Amino acid sequence: MATFTFELVSPERILFSGDAVSVIVPSVEGEMTVLAGHAPVVAVLKPGIVLVQTGASNGKEFFVSGGLAEVNATSVTILAEQARFLEDVDNAVLDQEILTAETRHAGSHDEAEKKRLHDQLVQLREFKGVFEQRKAA
Amino acid sequence: MPSLKDLRNRIASVKATQKITKAMQMVAAAKLRRAQSAAEAARPYAERMETVLANLASGISGAGAPKLIGGTGSDKVQLLVVCTAERGLCGAFNSSIARLARDKALALKAEGKTVKFVCVGKKGYDILRRQFAADILEVIDLRAFKQLGFANAETIAQSILARFANGEFDVATLFFSKFKSVISQIPTAQRIIPAEIPAGTKTMSAVYDYEPEESEILETLLPRNLTVQVLRAILENAASEQGARMSAMDSATRNAGEMIKKQTQLYNRSRQAMITKELIEIISGAEAL
Repeated sequence: MATFTFELVSPERILFSGDAVSVIVPSVEGEMTVLAGHAPVVAVLKPGIVLVQTGASNGKEFFVSGGLAEVNATSVTILAEQARFLEDVDNAVLDQEILTAETRHAGSHDEAEKKRLHDQLVQLREFKGVFEQRKAA
Repeated sequence: MPSLKDLRNRIASVKATQKITKAMQMVAAAKLRRAQSAAEAARPYAERMETVLANLASGISGAGAPKLIGGTGSDKVQLLVVCTAERGLCGAFNSSIARLARDKALALKAEGKTVKFVCVGKKGYDILRRQFAADILEVIDLRAFKQLGFANAETIAQSILARFANGEFDVATLFFSKFKSVISQIPTAQRIIPAEIPAGTKTMSAVYDYEPEESEILETLLPRNLTVQVLRAILENAASEQGARMSAMDSATRNAGEMIKKQTQLYNRSRQAMITKELIEIISGAEAL
């Protein structure tokens, strides 16, 4: 199977670096699956799950709170604002994220910034809903 | 000739100092390990960010470019962001960063430009305010934070960005100390606004698709890049500080050891001299009888 180099980096550390078969990326305009040979894309991410397939059967899931994905001919790089292994995520973590976003939204004065933070807040709440459903299932 | 009691006191006080410097060295060594791994972990992100930005920036240029990358078209007002430590006793660490900033400021002033300062860390402020008290806009105190993180960098970056949006300056330069090794920290100046695009990065000529618009991406990416560069600076700085403190305290401990040795020798010698003197007195007293 054709593979490409995938890297998931957060400001604190590198979470994943290696070959991948496919990566599902939560772009702001919808989830997209990247396979080898994907057209070059730069996409802004929303809070969501990044699913990396390293082989036919094994995959890894990460939670990202936003960031940027760069896809070029040979590699995919995700620069996440914050990223964790999905196993390490629970409701408390998400609540904390929502709380930070809320305080920042309340404290922001710039109109464009406010809009961006508002969008992020909505996306976070949305994701929390999805996350809870997932856990229930 | 100091009395024996004086010498004893002096030795005791040097010993106490040595204990303190030794403890500080060990604390710095423990902190260094953590600060170093944090600084090293932050490097890949900043590097990737630079590459992505370079790729993006190669696609846009000219008048349409955002100000954060293209500049304001002037370099009259210069902002120097000086990152130093909150505490002293770390050798030449603080003063070498401050000196670099001061030299740059004086050179810029000689060219007839306006210089403004933002100080991150109290020590740099203490040094710079002697000469530039009127030019210092803000002092950011990070003392309350044990482990510096993304949030701290964001506060600093937000403050810089707000000033840039208000048109308070045209060019910003970040001063910090790059951590090379425990004994070597390099004071560095890095231009952050307009963003420095590393030359020689292989520019992927691939035409990217953008999701959402290109301009929108750059709008979020450029401020974040600034945050990341600031984050890298403060983390490198934290590691450098501990490294500098460790080697400063190491040599202080060694100096104290040498001093103790010398003083003890002096003490023993004068003690023996006193005994000899007393013996001579007794003997000559006995002979006189």
